[in-house]
Amino acid sequence: MDITQLKKNALNARLNIMKMLAESGSGHPGGSLSMVDILTVLYFDKMNVNVAEPKWKDRDRFVLSKGHGAPGLYAVLAEKGFFPKEELLKLRKCGAMLQGHPDMKGTPGVDMSTGSLGQGLSVANGMALAGKLDQKEYRVYTIVGDGEIQEGQIWEAAMSSAHYHLDNLTLFVDHNGLQIDGSNDEVMTVNPIPDKFRAFGWNVIEIDGHDYEQIGAAVAMAQTVKGKPTAIVAETVKGKGVSFMEHQVGWHGKAPSLEQRDKAVEELERGVEK
Amino acid sequence: MSGVATREAYAKVLQEELSKNPKVVVLDADLGNATKSMSFKKVCPERYFDMGIAEQDMMGTAAGLATCGKIPIASTFAMFAAGRAFEQVRNSIAYPNLNVKIAATHAGVTVGEDGGSHQAIEDISLMRSIPNMTVINPADGKEAEEALKAAVQYYGPVYIRLGRASTPDLHNEHYQFIWGKGEVLREGKDVGIIATGIMVAKALEAAKELKKQGIEARVVNIHTIKPLDEALIIETAKLTGKIVTAEEHSVIGGLGSAVSEVICKQYPVKMAMVGVKDQFGCSGSPDDLLKKFGLTEIDIVKAVTSLC
Repeated sequence: MDITQLKKNALNARLNIMKMLAESGSGHPGGSLSMVDILTVLYFDKMNVNVAEPKWKDRDRFVLSKGHGAPGLYAVLAEKGFFPKEELLKLRKCGAMLQGHPDMKGTPGVDMSTGSLGQGLSVANGMALAGKLDQKEYRVYTIVGDGEIQEGQIWEAAMSSAHYHLDNLTLFVDHNGLQIDGSNDEVMTVNPIPDKFRAFGWNVIEIDGHDYEQIGAAVAMAQTVKGKPTAIVAETVKGKGVSFMEHQVGWHGKAPSLEQRDKAVEELERGVEK
Repeated sequence: MSGVATREAYAKVLQEELSKNPKVVVLDADLGNATKSMSFKKVCPERYFDMGIAEQDMMGTAAGLATCGKIPIASTFAMFAAGRAFEQVRNSIAYPNLNVKIAATHAGVTVGEDGGSHQAIEDISLMRSIPNMTVINPADGKEAEEALKAAVQYYGPVYIRLGRASTPDLHNEHYQFIWGKGEVLREGKDVGIIATGIMVAKALEAAKELKKQGIEARVVNIHTIKPLDEALIIETAKLTGKIVTAEEHSVIGGLGSAVSEVICKQYPVKMAMVGVKDQFGCSGSPDDLLKKFGLTEIDIVKAVTSLC
C-alpha cells in the first residue's frame, strides 16, 4: 500500500468533488467527502478492475448503495481513468453522462444504478450469489450510509447475505452520524450498528474510515473470513477535508458557491503542502 | 372447455424447459408452493433461491443476479410483486433496464377467499407505467407457457401476470406466441371485444350469446398489454366502430385505459369497459366474485348492447 499515492488520489477526488458540485449548483458534498478515503483504498489498492474493460466479467463489483454520494464515486472513477475528468464538470446537467445519482447504463465503471436508499445491499447480494454460482473469485463491495440503514430493506438484505453465507461480500457503513434532518440520534437511532450486524450473523470490523492502513487491513481481513459476510463499520467525518463542511449537517445536500469552492480548494491544497 | 391455471403452466415450463437454460435462476418469497416456483427447485435446487418473506430484497437480489448475466425469474403474488416491491422493480430493475422476469401469480379477484387484501387489481396499471417494462397477461395455460419462454429469450424486464384459478384452454399445441402482437380469435363486424387474461374466454362466450341477438363480435386477445398492438386496435375500431374491453383488473389504468389511449388519439369510437369499478375485492369463491364485480360473459354482453 503506497499511502502517499493514495493520499494524492483522495486529494484529487476531494478537489474534484468541490469543483463539480460548485459547477452543478446542487448535490451532496458531505457524504461524498466522508467516504472518499474508503473508495480510494478500494479502487486504487484493493479492487480488481479493468479500466479498459469496465464490464469485464471477472472484475470486483462495487455498489454505491448511498447513491447520493455519486460525486465521490464519480471523482474516484475519473481519477482511476474510467472516463475523462471533463465529464465531472457536466454533473447533473441535462444530457450529461453523470446523473445526479449513479446510472449504470451510461457511466463506465458504475456497476449498479442506485439513489433510492436501501436498495444496494440486495443488489450486491445478487452479484455475490452469481459469483458463487459461477465459482468466480470476484468480490463485491458496497457502501451504505448510516442513515440509510433505517430503510427496512437493508435488514431484509442483511438476513439474506448471512443466510447465503456470502463471504465474497463486504459492506461498509459510512458512519458519519449525520443525515439530512439532523444527527442519526435526533432523527432515528441507528446505534449500536456493529451489534446489529453481529446479531444478523455478520463478521464485523470497526475502523477509522479515514485511516488508509485500517481500511486496507479490514478489507484484507474480510477476504479471509469464510462462511459469512463482513460489515466494516467505518467511523467517518461528514464533509471530511473541508473545514467548514466537517461535522455540519447543513452540507448534506447543498453545493458550495464558487467562493466556497475556492476556499475549499485552497485549503485542501494547503493541507497537502503541510 | 377444460383448462389449467396459468400458474400451473408456469410450473410446467419452469420444470420442463427453463431449467435447461443454465442462465435461468428462480427466486421466490416463501410462496414457492403457491406460485409453483417450487417446481424449479425440484430439478434445479442450486439455482433456486428462497428469499424469505421479503419481496423488496428479492427484487433487488434478482437485479444483482441480472447484472452478472443471469436471467432471474422472481415470483410472488401480484400484490407483493407489483405493490409491495413497486419501487424496487422501478429503480433496481427497470431504471437500469436489467433482464429480470417477474412472474406474478394470484392476480385479480379470482384469488378468491383470501379477500381484498390479496387481490391485485392495480398491478397492470402500476407495471405498464414504468419505462422499459413489458407487461404480459396470458389467457390460458398454453399462452402462459409460450409467453414465459419468449420472455426468457427477450432481453429486458418483463412482468407476467398469472392466475390462481383454472381457465379454459383457447390454444392448441401449435400456438405461437408473437411478442407484442394481439390475436384475433373470432371475426365480426358489429363490435370489437378486446380482452386480456381470463376474460378472453369470457369474451368468446359473450360473442356466442351476441350472435343469437344478431350481433357479430370480433374478439381480440391482447396478451401483451405493453407494448400494445396499436395497429390491431385501430384496425378493430375501424372495422367495427365500437370497442368493449374486458379485464380482471381495475378499469383505471389497465387494458381498458391502454386501449382508450390509442383509440381516442387515433380513431375515436364508442367504448365501454368491463373491469373492476374502482373498488377493492372481497372474500368469496372465484365464480361468485366474478359475478359480484361484473366480470362475466353476461357483463360483456351488456356492455356491448349498451353501445348498440
